[in-house]
Amino acid sequence: MAINEETVKQVAKLAKLEFDDSTIDSITKELDQIVEMVEKLDALDTEGVEGTYHGLPQTNVWREDVVQKGTDREDLFKNVKTRKDGYIEVPAMFDNGGSEA
Amino acid sequence: MDFLDYTLEELHEKLVSKELTAVELMESVYENIAQTDEQVGAFLTLSKEEALAAAKEMDEQGIDENNVLSGLPIGIKDNISTKGIKTTAASKMLEDFVPVYDATVIEKLKQAGMIMVGKLNMDEFAMGGSTENSAFQITRNPWDLTKVPGGSSGGSAAAVAAGLVPVSLGSDTGGSVREPAAFTGLVGMKPTYGRVSRYGLIAFASSLDQIGPFTRTVKDNALVLNAISGTDEKDSTSYQGDTPDFTEDIDKGVKGLRIGVPKEYFHEDAQEPGVIESVRQALDFYEKMGAEIVEVSLPHSEYGIPAYYIIASSEASSNLQRFDGIRYGYRSEKIESLEDIYIKSRSEGFGKEVKRRIMLGTFSLSSGFYDAHFKKAAQARTLIRQDFEKVFEDVDVIVAPTTTTTAFEIGGKIKDPLAMYMSDILTVPVNLAGVPSLSIPCGFSNNMPVGMQIIGKHFDEKTIYRTAYAFEKENDYHTKKPSFRGGE
Repeated sequence: MAINEETVKQVAKLAKLEFDDSTIDSITKELDQIVEMVEKLDALDTEGVEGTYHGLPQTNVWREDVVQKGTDREDLFKNVKTRKDGYIEVPAMFDNGGSEA
Repeated sequence: MDFLDYTLEELHEKLVSKELTAVELMESVYENIAQTDEQVGAFLTLSKEEALAAAKEMDEQGIDENNVLSGLPIGIKDNISTKGIKTTAASKMLEDFVPVYDATVIEKLKQAGMIMVGKLNMDEFAMGGSTENSAFQITRNPWDLTKVPGGSSGGSAAAVAAGLVPVSLGSDTGGSVREPAAFTGLVGMKPTYGRVSRYGLIAFASSLDQIGPFTRTVKDNALVLNAISGTDEKDSTSYQGDTPDFTEDIDKGVKGLRIGVPKEYFHEDAQEPGVIESVRQALDFYEKMGAEIVEVSLPHSEYGIPAYYIIASSEASSNLQRFDGIRYGYRSEKIESLEDIYIKSRSEGFGKEVKRRIMLGTFSLSSGFYDAHFKKAAQARTLIRQDFEKVFEDVDVIVAPTTTTTAFEIGGKIKDPLAMYMSDILTVPVNLAGVPSLSIPCGFSNNMPVGMQIIGKHFDEKTIYRTAYAFEKENDYHTKKPSFRGGE
């Protein structure tokens, strides 16, 4: 078994996700099966093969360095839950035991 | 009006001759939706007010005779940003999200005079093959309401197949246009990577995602691709070369064309026999029309699924980091610390499948597994791409089944992630290689439509459309209607 509960918890921490006791078993089992499937790649000889990381081999796409109109500042606030004095307001986090931050 | 009876060009003629006004056309669209969509579940949001206003304006200024798309209705997958119209990616995370700009494809469609009817259901963040991963509703296959329409662009497919709109846009990262097109008897295009701007498409896997049209006919599809293609300053991965007229040469036929048939895509024991049979009959047809059928090999095909799920999930885990509960999107109520904002918002806002992929992607990119997973998958991707390049030295197009089966039952695979992933086995290599592929209807198996994909060289969508049109012209699968829309 490549994936155990401990690995899942560790990866979840990196991904900023959490799984409660009722779902940790199923996600562990599912991930284990999926990882076993993708590790089928181990059988492939890739010695000396360059990886492909882009959809199209195209680099350094430039445009003229002239000022263009961007998105309106007010528009950018439209999907913000709460705002104050021109800033995005978030819940207080440091006074409430936010030691991890 | 029943769109199943008309092509885009025919609708255009009706508008030009004033047999029909744009407003009448749009009103009939919403009437149809009101009557039918309760059964199908294709639309998440309707933009009726805006659409009727746009249609009215169109009538007042007059339909542009030289612009075949002007005044025609279109449905849009809900991961394509539409200014002022809710765009959710079928996720609780974006339940209330209203974009403040249009995706480039939307700007282009507007320039072409097309009018958006509404936003279409999908698997959450385009992850899935059945549209059952939507946070809001399931969508049913118009050919059999107990079956899935495919995914992730299931709403886009079902809306066109049900005759609610004549055309829609979807996105295809690993088969999400072609699979639903095959399952619903439509023409669905995954253009060459870079052909269509991704600006404003909610990112899933950025090196694989492409937007493409669903239509009932091949020419309709080429017309819409004409409108949405082109270099875009806002997407530096968009192709810098020219965009041809995809309808040019469409009627040239297949005489002398070399069609490759990859043996890895025909597994008699693992695929629905009716699917293979339909595609083989299509190949016989091509041979009769003067094409040369050549057996070819894409030897690394079996590594497509593992490579795809690592690469797509890794890119997704990175792309979806932006959903942090701060600037937009869902925010949990149970916040006690900064970490809570991130962790609780993400854990409550994302659905099961999305979390699975983020986990797989994060795992594949983590130190200790990067080389064995992500790097290895990138190398496999090179080999898969080279398979295609090698075959295309010898043939003009490749023809194969789009899927291994016809549409499956609702609930049939949703509890088994691996079985769902395997439904993409014939579509993901195309995305990994970046080549274009079009699925067209080529028969029926168990009373459900069968799709055949025509894969082309990079940026050679023209030869694909030409090959597809040659088939459509002499066959009538595209004219068949689902029974609940008056078909047999």
